[in-house]
Order: sequence, then C-alpha cells, then structure tokens
Amino acid sequence: MMDREKLERISELKEMWEKELEDLKEREQPAETVSGQPIKMLYTPLDTSDLDYETELGFPGYYPYTRGVQPNMYRGRLWTMRQFSGFGDAYDSNQRYRYLLEQGQTGLSVAFDMPTLMGYDSDSDRSIGEVGRCGVAIDSLEDMEILFDQIPLDQVTTSMTINGPAAILWCMYLATAEKQGVSLDRVGGTIQNDILKEYTAQKSWIFPPEPSMRLITDIFAFASEQVPRWNTISISGYHIREAGSTAVQELAFTLADGFAYVEAGINAGLDVDRFAPRLSFFFNSHIDFFEEICKYRAARRIWARRMKEKYGAKDHRSLKMRFHTQTAGCSLSAQEPENNIVRTAYEALSAVLGGTQSLHTNSMDEVLALPTEKAVKIALRTQQVLAYETGVANTIDPLAGSYFVEAMTDKMEAEAEEYFQKIDDLGGVLSAIDQGFFQQEIADAAYEYQKAMDRGERVVVGVNRYRSGEAPEIEILRIDPEVERKQLERLKRLKETRDYNRVSACLEELKRCAASGENLIPKILDAVRAYATEGEITAALKEVFGEYKEKPLF
Amino acid sequence: MQQLVEELLAGNRRAAARLISKVENDEPEKRELLKEIFPHTGNAYVIGVTGAPGSGKSSLVDCLLQQMRSENLKVGVIGVDPTSPFSGGAILGDRIRMQEHALDQDVFIRSMGTRGSLGGLARATREAIQVLDAFGKDIILVETVGVGQSEVDIVKTADSTMVVLTPAGGDSVQTIKAGIMEIADLFVVNKADFPGTERTLTEINMMLDMKEDDRWRPPVMRTVSVRSEGIEEVWKSLRVHRRFMEESGRLLEIRRDRVRRELTEQVEYLVKNRIWDRVKEQIEFDSLVEKIVLRRRDPYSAAHELLEKIDFYGEGHKEGG
Amino acid sequence: MEDRKIRVLVAKPGLDGHDRGVKVVARALRDAGMEVIYTGLHQTPQQVAETALQEDVDVVGLSILSGAHMTLVPRIKEMLNENGMGDVLLLVGGIIPEEDTEKLISEGYANQVFTPGEPLEKITAYIFDWFKAKPGS
Repeated sequence: MMDREKLERISELKEMWEKELEDLKEREQPAETVSGQPIKMLYTPLDTSDLDYETELGFPGYYPYTRGVQPNMYRGRLWTMRQFSGFGDAYDSNQRYRYLLEQGQTGLSVAFDMPTLMGYDSDSDRSIGEVGRCGVAIDSLEDMEILFDQIPLDQVTTSMTINGPAAILWCMYLATAEKQGVSLDRVGGTIQNDILKEYTAQKSWIFPPEPSMRLITDIFAFASEQVPRWNTISISGYHIREAGSTAVQELAFTLADGFAYVEAGINAGLDVDRFAPRLSFFFNSHIDFFEEICKYRAARRIWARRMKEKYGAKDHRSLKMRFHTQTAGCSLSAQEPENNIVRTAYEALSAVLGGTQSLHTNSMDEVLALPTEKAVKIALRTQQVLAYETGVANTIDPLAGSYFVEAMTDKMEAEAEEYFQKIDDLGGVLSAIDQGFFQQEIADAAYEYQKAMDRGERVVVGVNRYRSGEAPEIEILRIDPEVERKQLERLKRLKETRDYNRVSACLEELKRCAASGENLIPKILDAVRAYATEGEITAALKEVFGEYKEKPLF
Repeated sequence: MQQLVEELLAGNRRAAARLISKVENDEPEKRELLKEIFPHTGNAYVIGVTGAPGSGKSSLVDCLLQQMRSENLKVGVIGVDPTSPFSGGAILGDRIRMQEHALDQDVFIRSMGTRGSLGGLARATREAIQVLDAFGKDIILVETVGVGQSEVDIVKTADSTMVVLTPAGGDSVQTIKAGIMEIADLFVVNKADFPGTERTLTEINMMLDMKEDDRWRPPVMRTVSVRSEGIEEVWKSLRVHRRFMEESGRLLEIRRDRVRRELTEQVEYLVKNRIWDRVKEQIEFDSLVEKIVLRRRDPYSAAHELLEKIDFYGEGHKEGG
Repeated sequence: MEDRKIRVLVAKPGLDGHDRGVKVVARALRDAGMEVIYTGLHQTPQQVAETALQEDVDVVGLSILSGAHMTLVPRIKEMLNENGMGDVLLLVGGIIPEEDTEKLISEGYANQVFTPGEPLEKITAYIFDWFKAKPGS
C-alpha cells in the first residue's frame, strides 16, 4: 500500500542486493518448506504491495477473521490446554484425567482404543490384543460413567476423538451427564465425527458414505435443538497431514470436507445458520514454522469468505472458523526422543501465533508408546511456559504485516482454491473420494517425503543427521494385559445383569428407524440407557447400512 | 507322479500355490508338472474380466464371487496387475477387495504381475489356470490389468469375456480402443449411479447395432458394485452365455483353437530350444553378423547357411543362396 | 528362465488403520523389483496366513501401530508354521518398543523389526541379503 515511487525505489534496491548475491554461496539444504513449497531468500513490500488491510486482514473478531476469531483473542482468554489422553480401562483413564485437571489442564480430550473406534466390543474376536492399548476401552454406558467419575460435566468440556461410531459414544456421554443431573443444554464439548477424512486418511470407517453422512446430519439436527453448546463436528486436517499430505493439501482437503458437510446439512433441510456455528476444525501443527502460521490464517479467511458468499450464511458465528490444533506426531522421532520436546515446543508456538482456540502438545515418547505421566507433564508444561512466560499471548496475530507471512498466506489460499476447482471438476468430495483423488495425492506426497528423507535432503536431527546411534533410554508406558481380562469380566457381568428384553426392543426400534430415515439420535440414546453395548448397536446399524470397503491406491 | 501334483489333486492348497509359483518362475520341472496335470484339466469354465482401471473390476469380481459361492461352486480367481517396465516390480492389489473370501476353503485367489507381457495377462496366466483347473475349480475368474489398449489376450484364454466400463471417467465409448469393444461377450456399466450412464449404454448399443454377429449379441448391463446392485442379472447373463457357448458348439470351437495354439507353441518352443543353442555355438554366427553389417551378406541367406552348418536340412539338400 | 522375483506380502493385521508406512514401503519394494501383495486394512491373523499361503510369498511384512503386536505377531507366526510356511522371512514395522523387538526376535516370532525413521533401502537391502543367503536360491 505504498505509493508507486517508493515501490520503484525498493525495486531498484532489490536489484542491487540480488547482484550482491551472485558472488555469495548458498547453503546446500533446499530452500523449501517441509511440504516442498519454495521459499525466497527475502520478502519485501513488493510482495505485499496489493494487500488491503480492511478486506484481506481486518480486525480480529471481524470478517474475514484472518487475524483471529475473537476480538480480544488470548488477551481475553488463553487457548484451552487440552491433552488427548486415554488408555487401559475407564478406571485407568479416569485417574489420568483427574491428574491432568489437577496439573492445570483446562479441558478433557478422550482417546479410545481401536475396538471402540471401529465399533467392536472388547469381547469380539477382532479385539484380541487390542483392548485398552491405544486408548480407553468403552463398551457401554457403564464404562462411560466410570470414565467421568468425579468429573462434573457441567464444568468441564470434553472432546472425543471418535468418528464411525461417534453418534453412539456421544449418546453415552449425554446419558452420563443426565445421570450426573446435568441437563443437556449445559453440556459442552466436541465429537470429531468427521467421516470424510476417515475414507481418505485415518481409515477408521464403519458404514459407507451415504448412511454415515445421514448420521452426521442427524447429530447436527439433534444438537441444534437439545445440546446447543456442543460442537458437533471437528473437521480434521490433522490426520490428512499425518498420512503424508503437504500443508496446502491439508488446508484444501479439510476445507473441502467442511464445505461438503455444510452442503449435506443444507440438503437435509437445515438452515445453514442453525448448524454452522457449531462446526469446528482440527489442524496439524507441523515443524515448518511459518508455513503452519500462514496455513491457519489462510484457513480462516477462506472459510469466512465461502460461507458468506457461497452458502449465504448470515450469523457471524457461521463464518468464524474455530479450531483445535495438535502438534505433528509424524514429525517426531523414535531415535533420541528428548529431541521431540523441542520439536513440540516450536510446533506449539506456531499454533499459538496462528491463533488456535485449543491445543494438544505431543509427549516425547509417543513414537514409542502411549505417554507416561512424566512425559505428558512436560508436554503440558510446554504450553504453560508458552502461555505465561514467553509473552506471545500478549498481542493478537503479531506476525500480520510481515511481508513473508502475508505473501505466503495469500499463496496458500490461491493454491487451495486450485484444489477446490479440481475437486469440483471431479464431481465433488464424495465423487473424488470414490475416484481415489485424495488418497492418491496423499500417497504421492508421503512417498516424496520419504524419498527426500532417504536422500538426506529433508533433515531430521538425530535420525538422518547427527545420529548418536544410541537406543532410546526412556521409560515407556506399558499396558497391563490384565486390562483386557478385567474389561471382559466387567462386560460379561453387565450382559448378565441388564434387562436384555429392553435392550433387544431398543435394537429392533433402532433398525426400524435406520431404515425409515427418522432421526436416529433419540433411538440410540434409548439403547444406550438400556445398557446396549457399542458393538450391539453398531452391528444393528450395519445390518441396515452395510459396511464400507476401500479401494486402496499407492 | 510328482508329489506336488498328487497333493494338488487331493485338494491341498499349499501344493496349488507352490505349483503356480513353479510355472510362474518357469522352473525346469515346469513341463513335467504340466504334463502330469494336463489330463485333469478341461473342466473349469474361465471367465475373463477386463476394463479400464477405476471401473471397479475388483469389486465386481467380489460380488460375482458371492453369487457363485451361494451356488456352492468352487472358484479360483487370478488378479493380474502391471509389472513396472523400469523396476521389474509390481504392486498387486486386486485381492484387497476380495479378502473376506480369504478364509473360504473353496475360493483360491492368486495375484500375478504381467512380468513383461503386453496383452493384459501374465505370461503364466494360462498355466496357472490349468493348475487351478486340475485343483478342482468349477469356475476361474481372471481379472486383467485393464489398461485398455492391448487387452486382447484375455479372449484367447477365457470362455466368456466381460468388459467393464464406467460413466464416471467421462470417456465416451469411442475413445476406448476398438479391440476391447470387439472382445466382449457381455458389457457391464459399473458405477451406474453416476451421471452419463444412459449415454454410455446408448453408445454401446449403437456400436453393437453396427456389427453383424447374429450368433450372440452381448447384453449391456448396469451395476453399482459397491451396493451389489445388478449383480444377480450379470451372473444370470454369464450363465446364459455359457449355455449358448455349450449348445452352439462355440465353446468346443474356441477350446480347439486354444489347443491348436498351445500345441503349435509347444512345438515351436521345442524346435527353438533344440536348434537355437546349436546355432549360436557356431563360430560363424558372430562373423556372419559382421559381414551382414558391412552388407557383404544378407540375413536371409546367412540364416540358411547357419542351419546348414548344423545339418538342419538333412543329407543331400541344397538351397540356393 | 527369468530372474526370480521376490514376492512379498505386506499386511495390516488388527484394527489399526494407519497405512502411510505400509504404502510407502510397498512402493519402495516395487521400485526395487519385488512383487508386493497388499492385503488391505483390518486383517485377522488367519487372513494374513491364508493369503501368504495362496500367494506363496517369500516374505511377510506386518505393519502394526496399535500396540497389539505382542498378540498379533506370535499368532501369525504360529499360523504360518501350521501352513508349512515356517521359513518365510517375517518382518515387522510400526510402533514397537525396543524391549518387545528383542523379545519378538529372540523367541523366533519375527526375523527383524523396523522402526519409523529407518531408511527404506535398509529394508530392501535386508530382504535381498536374506534371499541371496537362502539355500536353494
């Protein structure tokens, strides 16, 4: 926004500087982001000469929200420190949650084990060896009640990372709140519930796309009437990035999924402003510091613009992209795990400078196992040092106006728009998934990344450079195999003592409702209150909906 | 008889797997083994499935498998994927869609790379079919590579050939190579829930109208394999085609052609083997090459010369040259 | 007779859905000239063993990131033995703590374990070396 004369003068100076460079040697490592995005040596006002403050940046809390979604951001309230956690059985995890809350964590985040994520009970033969291993085992309402024992659900918000069976686990949470005497309109939290990225990245699907989308819109509708404080979906880029995508792909594919959900909601007859305010997002924070900050800013701007211009959203809350961030698991190393503390700290910093609403920092040992108490405490302290000692939370969007950051934000937005066009050309997100578009892009990027690492172009300290060759000498968390046995025992007792007739009737009603198209949530709630297990409910729905089968690409 | 063959005939799956490997790797005992297997072949019905990548062939095969199994038929499946011409390696992913049949004792699935052959099938596919035939399979499904260009090998190997198309790719029927359209005994338009289905069906039918084969007009069907829609009809059509092949005598015709080709190949193979090593031993070979390069000899008369050197023509034969 | 192709089964046993690693490895093995059969996700140990049998593979590679390896790997090894495929090379990749690696190898359940961060060529080299040293190759 400088005048022509000034810009021309700067251009001349730039040429002079470039001449100087001709005689200087450059370092060997390619000047690219971790995603392969080329970075210039220097950015100047010439790179941002078109930038208009009002329309491109604006004020925090004002359209297009590039600088942040709340007017006072961290000056009003710090981001939520929400460490993802869960292992063993509900008693074990309940203990860990109460520990974390005592240590100053401000919100809960539940990690479920593989059988729970995939809709199987602990006593299924698919579950052998997997119970409680990478998250907490939840088979029924009884387990959920134990999980939140002595944790008041009207005072603590909970995020649950669950997708295929999200509706079921959500109902168990709501029923638990009821049992605590908390009315549903005071219950707050998030369910991930983002099935589209399951098909392309995380791969914990159950049903095919159509019935899965129906379950999601049922959740939107129910929540908008009865659980207004609940974030019904956490549209995720984290897993897409972990599967190997570039930062622009993470940005574009996540937003494309988001728009697909908006369209699904609208097509289901809901007014966009009724459900859009409760859509939230979940991004990765990878190791390339500036790329991530630009990604978050571009994301907010793209979302706001499209929601307003394409989908006609009027409520300002529909335009505000709120997101949770997790530091990148795939950037961590198994070798010299203490280095991961440092990586996580930088990644946390970029998430905060990018304006995240909530943050999980990885523990250093997560490439080897689930985190120990010691490791997770360090991860939490990382956030606390960041929040209370570094001062970065004292001012909003401090990097705005940086020639580099604004140029890169614009570039990422433009590249994302190219992807949106490609996806449209393929017939939309569901069609693109069917044609394997996302999967192929991700697989190609992952392969390129690995090759760059093997060639030494991509440096990972302690892994392919400055290797000490020592085996990691840290204590890691072990899941006691007793967990599986105890869980099976408890499940058996539950099945013996509950009213099976009631369960059976609920399951039949569930199947009828699934086939008829009515909102399934009330029926799932009934089944859950009768202590039907997750596996039983999933199996009933599978009868009506079928199962998804993937066609993998390389 | 070799032990492996005995085990194969007794229904041992490991033996079947090992035998297929041996023929694939062209091991020295291959011919002996095939000789012993041969009398036990001729029972299986071979169905070829071809079509462009992305048309959902594997998922269709999976659906057909279910149909066949519901009639208690024993089925063998061979999935062929392209071998990389650069590395010689291959990723064989056809069986992913069929893995729920992995534990069905009466289904045997084998993945093969083309290993350099260009016709959409692996060189050893035919021999692998014989192994599965002798193994007792009623039906053998062969899924080809499907690059669309040179998929014609399948027609020499299969009794019924199914061509799978999809409207989703946006290709019109005209852009698909002519050869593929000629070989179909049955057309299936899969992913028929996508736009463009009607147009694709019409184009195929128009093309068929222009051909004049009054013996069999390939049915043109539509399916949505991920929802198992239209599968029963496809299976029915396949059975109808088989009946046609059997009753019209066409099946016997093509099997006769197949045997004729096989016998010719075997003779050529033996002749080639017998003669070639002896020819190459001749010192004259390399010097002849040099002379031909300098245009002092021509390759035609040089070849005669070499064969004379190994007494190919027998006593008293003189050829001009 | 052509060059003998090494056939490798790469499998995802159990409920773990992370397939980034297994796909990257599959590509690398293909680029090294091997035939790679991929089972897809969510395979039971029986499915893995039966697939190895039908495909008559030389190598079985298991990718497990869910922590269930101490149950899954021994089971699969047992079933391979039952199928007469006891001398197949069994490799494991994923989230496997050092202690478990030692146990899996010393008790004969796996030949080798590869952790994240190891270069792909280490895996291909290992397979080639093993194959060359095999009797009868």
